[in-house]
Amino acid sequence: MARHQVTATVNGDAVEFLCETGETLLEVLRDELNLTGTKEGCGTGDCGACSVTVDGRLVCSCLVLGVEAEGRSIETIEGMAVGADLHVLQRKFLEHDALQCGICMSGILIASRSLLERNPDPTESEVRFWLAGNLCRCTGYHKIVEAVLDAAREMRGA
Amino acid sequence: MSEMRYEAPTTLAAAVVLLSETMGSARVLAGGTDLLIQMRAGRISPELLIDIKGIPEMTSILVENGCYRVGAAVTGMQLIEHEAFAKEWPGVIDGVKLIGSIQVKGRATLGGNLCNASPAADSVPALIAAGAVVSIIGPAGGREVAVETIATGPGRTSLARGEIVTSILLPRRTPYCGDAYLRFTPRTEMDIAVVGAGVSLTLDEQGFCRQARVALGAVAERALLVPEAAAALIGTRVDAAALERLAAAARAASRPIDDKRATREFRLKIAGVMAHRAAEIALERARRRN
Repeated sequence: MARHQVTATVNGDAVEFLCETGETLLEVLRDELNLTGTKEGCGTGDCGACSVTVDGRLVCSCLVLGVEAEGRSIETIEGMAVGADLHVLQRKFLEHDALQCGICMSGILIASRSLLERNPDPTESEVRFWLAGNLCRCTGYHKIVEAVLDAAREMRGA
Repeated sequence: MSEMRYEAPTTLAAAVVLLSETMGSARVLAGGTDLLIQMRAGRISPELLIDIKGIPEMTSILVENGCYRVGAAVTGMQLIEHEAFAKEWPGVIDGVKLIGSIQVKGRATLGGNLCNASPAADSVPALIAAGAVVSIIGPAGGREVAVETIATGPGRTSLARGEIVTSILLPRRTPYCGDAYLRFTPRTEMDIAVVGAGVSLTLDEQGFCRQARVALGAVAERALLVPEAAAALIGTRVDAAALERLAAAARAASRPIDDKRATREFRLKIAGVMAHRAAEIALERARRRN
């Protein structure tokens, strides 16, 4: 049995887990580390529901192997709020009713944070292009884009 | 799945040994955006995955004698964020930007896009037009080949057993040169090219085209270099008549299939349109660059 012992950082905490070669980072997060906020949608990198960052890089965790996480720093939705204090993006998603069923939300929040870290003042078009890899089947995207733009305004202090 | 081994060598030599000594099937893992999907779908079940991202040559973007050398495991986002590279090769960046979502480009690599050998791979016509040269290492040593010779058909390459693509070398840029890649898809994002066209050209100081390379994607079993289309531009001012001859040559070189994305007839027509428009963008970029 090819079972790997992996040491990584998840949301700032050192973690250790065992995984088989074929296990994805998504499976490790959900099934080994009990971080079930990251969702599986398509499992083929099309829907973005499983978005996380690995060393600051936005990726689909269904397309990363658990064993590839060795020595890496991973950020998931569970690390976004600080205690009871929601991240601005999370608060704006609530204010704008930018979610319905919620399955896409973790991925969209992680992807949006990744955008605002690189581009604090995106245009609507830049938000839409950046989020093209995150599918939402409920809201039709308008409220999501509005929430991201509003969060960006607040984070810039504008 | 449970029997599958994983190795992350840190040198090219170690990777070649692993790849050539595995009796069963071994697969190179770069970004994994094609490989993991094929494994999940049960289309392949490799015995060994060789993760090449720990090999420094594979993940670096270097300048060698004024030429860019891009490691095979450099990701799309790494390349897009490399401002100096993007300025030199805007057409290559046009192609890379169209490879999937931000998430996919965060993992997907230039070497993977090439070796997955999809006829519709977006970076490949741009690299062919650019005149890129691929460095390969294998049990018999290293060799260099033109990028258009790598893919031989859908999912098939000219690589011998145990060979790995290590980097892609782009030629030196000169004044008045420009490149562009365009594709047709029903959606603007997250789609697969119905037809793609890459054009790279160089003007002289009088505005005459001195060098050109034209490549088409998704119109044959692999991306095609189309010298007849380039010949239609060379010696001209890339005027309307030259562009019409380029489009006709692009249509003539295409041998597309009918499939769910488009009919053969539509692809033939669009091959000319994409080549024409890509040439206009390349021309505009060449005029601005002196």
